[in-house]
Order: sequence, then structure tokens, then C-alpha cells
Amino acid sequence: MSWCLSERSIDHVVLERGEVANSWRTERWDSLRLLTPNWQSRLPSFGYEGDDPDGYRNMPELIAFLDRYAEVISAPIETHTIVSSVRADDDGYVVVTDQGEWRCRTVVVASGACNIARVPALNDAVPSGVATLDSMQYRNPDQLGPGGVMIVGASATGTQFADEIHRSGRPVTLSTGEHIRAPRLYRGRDVEWWMDIAGVHNERYDEVEDIARARKLPSFQLTGTPVRKTLDLNALTAIGVKVSGRLAGINDGKAQFSGSLRNVCALSDLKMGRLLDTFDEWASTNGMDGEVDAPHRFEPTEVENSPPLGLDLTSGEIKTIIWATGYRPDYSWLDVPVLDRKDNVRHDGGIVEGAPGMYLMGIQFLRRRKSALLDGVGDDARDLSAHLATYLDGAAAP
Amino acid sequence: MTDNKKKADNGVNVQALLDARVALENSPEAAKFEWSASCEWKDGTYSHSTVEGYFGLGEQQKRMTTFNFDADHPAAFAAEDRGATPVEYVLVGLASCLTAGVAAVAQHRNIQLRSVIATLEGGMDIQGILGMDSDIRNGFDGIKVSYKIDADAAQKDIEALVAQSQKRSAVYDIVTNPTNVTVTVN
Repeated sequence: MSWCLSERSIDHVVLERGEVANSWRTERWDSLRLLTPNWQSRLPSFGYEGDDPDGYRNMPELIAFLDRYAEVISAPIETHTIVSSVRADDDGYVVVTDQGEWRCRTVVVASGACNIARVPALNDAVPSGVATLDSMQYRNPDQLGPGGVMIVGASATGTQFADEIHRSGRPVTLSTGEHIRAPRLYRGRDVEWWMDIAGVHNERYDEVEDIARARKLPSFQLTGTPVRKTLDLNALTAIGVKVSGRLAGINDGKAQFSGSLRNVCALSDLKMGRLLDTFDEWASTNGMDGEVDAPHRFEPTEVENSPPLGLDLTSGEIKTIIWATGYRPDYSWLDVPVLDRKDNVRHDGGIVEGAPGMYLMGIQFLRRRKSALLDGVGDDARDLSAHLATYLDGAAAP
Repeated sequence: MTDNKKKADNGVNVQALLDARVALENSPEAAKFEWSASCEWKDGTYSHSTVEGYFGLGEQQKRMTTFNFDADHPAAFAAEDRGATPVEYVLVGLASCLTAGVAAVAQHRNIQLRSVIATLEGGMDIQGILGMDSDIRNGFDGIKVSYKIDADAAQKDIEALVAQSQKRSAVYDIVTNPTNVTVTVN
């Protein structure tokens, strides 16, 4: 956004509570790599120039990438500036920070979708002998005591935790609700390559049937590793991870799992099948069948005959529970009445409703399916900076 | 998939359901329903239950008819078999809930149904209810639902209907997830 505003000679400042890429520096687990390949971080005027376009950035590489971008575009960043309040005044907004106050006509909220780990209320019912961690506190398996670990949530975060924790010698039970299965590679190409080229990433928010639902979808079960491995439930079952249904309750120290595991797996397999159909259709329509491997399908998710419905958390089998149950944004500093009853900002493709001159960026499916990706933010910034410029010119309707 | 120009008609008013969703979005209080039933013991394991009203959309609602249900146990349980067993009512509830869901989802996806038949089996080791072995649960050890569906759609679209219907089914949720039950005596 800063690059786009500079292109339009719009005077602006970027407030950062820590250093550039602060969340990536301080709030992620050690082994995390981006889920998208290196080539697919096309920022306005800037992209990958290394010799491993198909690899996945680890955190130090990602931080260096964003640092360099900030430098190359000479972004006017005020680091170590914590915003404590944004409120409306007559012709714009007052932004209060620990480094003083700013007054501005427009504000772009780009503080991210993953500020706080979601922890279900069930956390209070966990018996005292079991340690609990959320996905922002977890760094690596060495942090955990020996013994079994129950991971709750089977999206990218939970499946990655399950893989490395189980391999560290701590038997993992993975509690699985609705999830989105995806192969790392399909027909020899990265699934993200397919999403990009077949136009899936470019689907617009005003074209999908149910945008509220699309914005709530969990992340693909993906991991970025040098061997480009697939990390679905079958891969986890193969190394000995025990898959159970969604954690539905904890009663007298006993975890209760939903009996819906078979259906959530069936839903996910069907969904993946439809996605692969889209790719195949694109390949044949565009005469690309010769450029990629032959179409194929993956084995259905294997579900054991009687998945466990309960687990005694007081038996000593489970020593740690990790909540990998998603994240939510933190808008505690936003003193403008723009939140809906679920505490999400009401917006139309990033144009905040009821707050003229306020914009939102970097959340899931803001304007396009790719909006929350580094690769997606550029197009959103181009669109929203155009709207913002018109607004400043006084031409936009309030 | 069906021909887009042809409109499927499964007798489900999907538009009314979608309109209700929009209306309830603005007044979530009206979405709080309370279903009710009452049951009176007759004799032995025979009881008679009725369903006649429920609370919803902010007020008490009256049904057009009172629905009656006789429950008993078969002769093998030394009973007189004057009605289905309560566990069979659970199967009936699950089957009818999933089947209604199949019809609604099919309508929404413009898939014409010609026939939908579900058969259900609930396995049970009755050593549980007879108190012979405390390691054996009282309830079903598993429920199998098998659908035979003739519809204007590909096999995978039919499978998707059935999967989506489970995802949105109240009874499926009730039987697959724990529910707090509070029983009082007045």
C-alpha cells in the first residue's frame, strides 16, 4: 500500500509496533515456512530473484525479504510505534501512539488477521495435570515435556505441529473438525501454481456465492518443506499420529470427540476432488495437458473403523494440549464503531462501512481469494489506493 | 449437473429459508427456538408421547395437529410391542433429519431428486442396558446410514449432497456430539 500511495504522491506514514515483519519475527513457530513458493510473492515492483523459485521461505528469509522491500521502496516507516487508539474526528482520524498523536484524513488498517490465537472456552475444563499452549506460544517440540500431546485443530498449523511433535517422540492425537485437504504437488506442479494459473486465487469477493463463508474457511493443510511433501491426514496417520473427531467437550477430565470424523473427511475429499477437477479443466481448455503430468486422484482419507470418542485426560497419557484452533484479529485499539457482532470489521472489499476514508487490508478474501497472501496484497493495494485517492479528491461518496 | 435452464423441484422452498437467514441475521434473538415433547407412562414399557407446540420466532407456536407417538419394546424384552422402541425413534429422527437435508441441499443446488431411500442400523450390545458389563455403553456402538438416491446428478454430486446434509443436520449433531441433559423431578 505504501508503494501504491507513493506512486500517487500521497503523503503517508506506516506505523509499526516493532520492526518490519514483526509478527513473523516474534509470533511464529521456529520451523514455519511460507505455504506459497518463493516465486509467488510478487509485491508491487518487487519479487523473488534467488535461484530457488520453487522453494518456501523460512522465517529469517521472509523477514529479510520484507526488510529489503521496505528499503527498496523507501517506505516511510515509524518502527517501535504502538497504536493505542484510532478515533474519528471532524474530517478524518486521530491516531494515538506511544510516540505521539497523528491526525490523518484516511487510515489503512493493515494490522493483520492473526493477532490473537483463538482458544475455545473448553480450555478452562482441562485437568490441572495437563499443560496447555496456544499456537502463538508454541515454538518447537523441545518446549514440551515428554509424553503424549493432543493437538486440537487440523489446518496448516495443527498438521505441521502434529508432524514435528510426533516425530520428536511425543505421541500425538490430532482432533480434527472441518478441514481442507490439499496435495502439495498435483500433476508435478505446486498446488499454489495451479491456484494461480487456473484463476482460483483471482476469484473476486463480489463474484463468489457466499463471501461470508469463503472468508471463514480454514487454511489448506499445507506445509512448505524442501522435499515439497504433502501433509494431509493420511500422511500423519502413516507416521502414527492418531486422528480423532472434533473436540466437542471435556467432562470430568475426559475429552469427548465428535462422531463426525468420517463426514468431515468425506467433505474434504469431495472438496479437494472438485478443486482438482477445476485444475484439469483449465489444463485441457488451455492446451496445457502436454506441459504437466497426467491427471490422477488421491486415495480417500483413511478413517479407522471406530475412531476414538473419548480420551481420559487424567490418565497421564496426554501431558500437553495445544490449541491450533485458528487466529483472530485484534481491534482493541480501534475506537470507531465498525465491528459486526462477531467483532469483524464491516467492509465492502476493504472499504470500511460507516467510516469514510478507512480501509482494511491483509485479511482473508478481502477482495480476492489471494488477499491474505503476500502475492495478493498488491492487487488489493492498487484497487484500494485508487479508491483512497478519489476519496481524498473529494469525489467519492461518503 | 442438471441443465441450468431446468429448475429442479423437490418441494423445498429454498428462497424462504434464505430469506429467513437474512431476517435472522438482523434479529438473532428470534432464532432461539425451544422444541418440546411430552410423554406419559401407560403400562409396562409402553408410553405415549405427544408433540403439539414449540417456541420460536419470539413466541409460542401451536401445531396444526397434535402428533402422537407410541413407544414400547418388542416381545423379546418381555414387553407387548405396542410401539417402536425409543432407540428406533432416534434412528427415525436421524433418518428424517438427514433426508430433509438432502432434499433442501438438492433444491439449493438445483438437483432434481426422483427417489431417496435411507436404511439405518444402530448396533447395540444389550449387556450395557442390562447392567451386565459396565465397560459396555448403553447406547449405540455405532450407527450406519445407507442412502439409495436416484437423482439428476453425477455420483460425486450426490455424495456431496449427503455430506452437506450431515454437516447441517441437527439430529446428526445431537447424536455425534455430547449434549448436556438436565432432568428434574417436580
